[in-house]
Amino acid sequence: MRLGIFLLKRLGYSIFVLIGLSILVFIIARVMPGDPARAALGPRAPEWAVQRVRESMYLDKPLYTQYVYWLRDALHGDFGESLVTRREVAQDIKEFLPATMELALFSGVIMAVFGILLGSISARYSNTWVDNVVRVGSYVGVCTPSFVFAVLFMLAFGYVLHILPSIGRLSAGVTKPPVITGMIIFDGLITGNFHAVGDTLWHLIMPGVALALGGMSQEARITRSSMSDNLQKDYIAAERVQGIPERVINLRYLLRPSLIPTVSILGLDFAALLANAFIVELIFNWPGMSRYGINAMLRKDLNAIIAVIMVMGIVFIIMNIIVDIVVTFLDPRIRLGAERSK
Amino acid sequence: MSESLLEIKNLHVGFDIYGGHLKVLDGVNFAVGKGEKVGLVGETGCGKTTTMKTVMRILPIPPAKVRNGEVFYKGKNLLRVNLRKVRGVKGKGISMIFQDPTAALNPVFTIGRQLMDVVRYSTGADRSGDKIRNRAIGALKDVAMPDPERILSNYPIQLSGGMRQRICIAMALVTGWEFLIADEPTTSLDVTIQDQVLRLLGNLIEEKGNSTILITHSLGIVREWTDRVYVMYAGNMVEASPTKELFSKPLHPYTQGLMKAVPKLTGEGMAEGVTGRIPNYLTPPAGCRFHPRCPHVMPICEKERPPFFDVGDAHQVACFLYKE
Amino acid sequence: MTQNSLPTFWSRKREGFGRGWYKFSRNPLSMVGLSMILLIAFLAVFAPFVSPYPKHAGVFVNFAEASQPPSLRYLFGTDVFGRDILSRIFFGFRFSLMMGAVVLCLVVPPGVILGLIAGYFKGSWVDTVIMRITDIFVAVPPLILALAICSVLTPNIFNAMMAVSLMWWPWYCRLVYGLSSSLRNEFFVEAAELTGAGRVHILFKEILPNCVSPIFTKMSLDMGWVMLIGATLSFVGLGVQPPKPGLGTMVADGRIYMPDQWWITVFPALAIMIVVLGFNLLGDGLRDLFAVEEV
Repeated sequence: MRLGIFLLKRLGYSIFVLIGLSILVFIIARVMPGDPARAALGPRAPEWAVQRVRESMYLDKPLYTQYVYWLRDALHGDFGESLVTRREVAQDIKEFLPATMELALFSGVIMAVFGILLGSISARYSNTWVDNVVRVGSYVGVCTPSFVFAVLFMLAFGYVLHILPSIGRLSAGVTKPPVITGMIIFDGLITGNFHAVGDTLWHLIMPGVALALGGMSQEARITRSSMSDNLQKDYIAAERVQGIPERVINLRYLLRPSLIPTVSILGLDFAALLANAFIVELIFNWPGMSRYGINAMLRKDLNAIIAVIMVMGIVFIIMNIIVDIVVTFLDPRIRLGAERSK
Repeated sequence: MSESLLEIKNLHVGFDIYGGHLKVLDGVNFAVGKGEKVGLVGETGCGKTTTMKTVMRILPIPPAKVRNGEVFYKGKNLLRVNLRKVRGVKGKGISMIFQDPTAALNPVFTIGRQLMDVVRYSTGADRSGDKIRNRAIGALKDVAMPDPERILSNYPIQLSGGMRQRICIAMALVTGWEFLIADEPTTSLDVTIQDQVLRLLGNLIEEKGNSTILITHSLGIVREWTDRVYVMYAGNMVEASPTKELFSKPLHPYTQGLMKAVPKLTGEGMAEGVTGRIPNYLTPPAGCRFHPRCPHVMPICEKERPPFFDVGDAHQVACFLYKE
Repeated sequence: MTQNSLPTFWSRKREGFGRGWYKFSRNPLSMVGLSMILLIAFLAVFAPFVSPYPKHAGVFVNFAEASQPPSLRYLFGTDVFGRDILSRIFFGFRFSLMMGAVVLCLVVPPGVILGLIAGYFKGSWVDTVIMRITDIFVAVPPLILALAICSVLTPNIFNAMMAVSLMWWPWYCRLVYGLSSSLRNEFFVEAAELTGAGRVHILFKEILPNCVSPIFTKMSLDMGWVMLIGATLSFVGLGVQPPKPGLGTMVADGRIYMPDQWWITVFPALAIMIVVLGFNLLGDGLRDLFAVEEV
């Protein structure tokens, strides 16, 4: 029951934030100097065509009216028309979002799993060469932008070594499974098209790892430091004294408290991952929403820009809620904080 | 003196830190016989906990290093034994209660989980879940916990300090102590609870008749609860004596200073302290580590470390004043 | 015997600084970070004098020497216009450092002040308004909104700095809000209130000095992150515009010539990494320094 109330409160709050965000983005988009309608149609389009576009975007009305119209349309799922693709933005997003989600989930999983794994190994073999290698590596990982990794990977694995594909999601000639979730891995598994699943995974490796490295390094560092700290704690010594085997201590009694700071950071790292996806998708020509978004930004496609940011906001908020729930599960002190006796 | 259950011989332990090497334990000698209740007194930082941690093999071995010495428990050298085997020894033989019960309990797991795991692993066999649970509840009852079933599903944060310490005692109980090391078990508790917990502990010890090391910096507790006392200073044992005799006839200048530092109930005179500070372990004084603060210092004290000299009935002092 | 005069505010600060420096200098990694930053700053400031080919930073063409691999003459090689990559990197540091410095100068004062106020008046409408506004800004990863803002403005470094600043201030606000709202319950604040100290005094003379360490730590770490975002913006074409030698811009410029003329991309990329690394080491050192002080 408590969980239900908590979720409701968060949802209400999230809606408020989303509305605020939409206002913010809207203002940014519309405050641009120049005439978006003219910019979309080009300098040679006739004036009446430009005027028509202006009217369809309510550009001649005051700002708050524009916003109200936009909000009304958006709540119906209509984000307007993209000035670039000439299709409905909503449709564009529906087409491209799954690819980004697939990439983000793939990277996210790599980031979390390997980050925690490396951090744990580093803490376990503290101050040995293993630890030092991981620490230096994760430092570098944190400081290097994703796009640098992307470019370097492309160079090394794509061009020089020729082992990984550099472009797109599926190689030519591989049939894409019918769209159920839009994510090829799941669709392929469901429909039995394993060839497509394998091919997609192959394509996912470079962009996925490039995106994941930054967050992975961050997770590794935090896991390591929190595990090292906890190893010194009295309760670990007490558990050893009480005869609990080392294996149980490591996998259970040390791991859970150490994961708390790590999971808390996961939300932020995932956000960074989503943001960097904009660049990485561009580099690898990954047909995802982020590539769509950045193209929209570069071409000043207002409707698309707003829609993409709103979708990103929603994804991020959902992610944060999940992270908060997991952290509360891991650390009972949070939910019991109010009930402390003494 | 009955044959020693636990004997520490000439233990040297140091810590590697960034600026050098801390020579903490400088030749510690210590023995506890069967059924004895031994007190270990000394100020904070003198090495009491380090000694015990070495016995229990829970010293963090990179910074720490056992440079020399032996620890015998029931004839086996605990320091040489494989860590896994020690756990067997530890789990079934020696138990330890820590100073801060809050820190000694894992905050993110329920009491029940922790206690039942201790039951499961220390008794060695995979008993059925029910038996383990009952054993856990039994242990909680033994330490006079109200409503044990509810406690099992509580988290440490929901309980008071006294209750937490009692749970730690229960955990020690469950591992079947033959030998209990209690590291300042009441220091972090409120004064009103201290007595309660001590009384509980004392009764349990009487019941089981096992050997105990009671570490404390409170002379009052030592006086009431122990048979024999060791006084420790800066990594050395400086005096060892039956409790009554320590209070009636303290011999080492440090012990004498400690006794004087306790204000008298009759209110006469101001309590005196011992001048000076505990030494820096990076560059400890040569010879007797107490010599810079000793009112009776002699030239030999600065050069050689005094060994234990026998002075009468089971009474030993590490001081050149008593060499004859 | 004469009495020593009571320590003044500044003499205490000097002593604190001296102690802090002593501890800081004992940590090898922090010193490495500090040296890296100092070196880069030196290269940036004196770029026209230290770079081997200062003219290459601007508009310059020399097709005879174009696309040369690294050699003794051009340590990092030349790009397709014959410009020396090494010199351009030195000038590139200027843009990076400027971006970091300007953004932080713009962001820290308002963020800190708003955070102080919101924390002090926790629970009132002031708090709610300020924190809800920051919540909106942090709902989306900063890079995304920065990209969006940059895309609607003319792409150049100044607009990039404005965009990043707009996205960045809420983080300082939140940091200081957390500190301020917990500090305001401390006794020394209560004492100041009782003696009739004005709110301004309390905020700036009582609460703020206790927030300084975390703020400084965050600032030094943020320098790195801001520069990272700046490089990313330049990479996409929304920051430093060619032919100016922004580090991200250079990475983007060289991308189409990969893998053959790899040096055009790889060296600026390494430069980005080194700058960020330096500030991270410095920031971590500061964090370790302040953390221990509090114990």
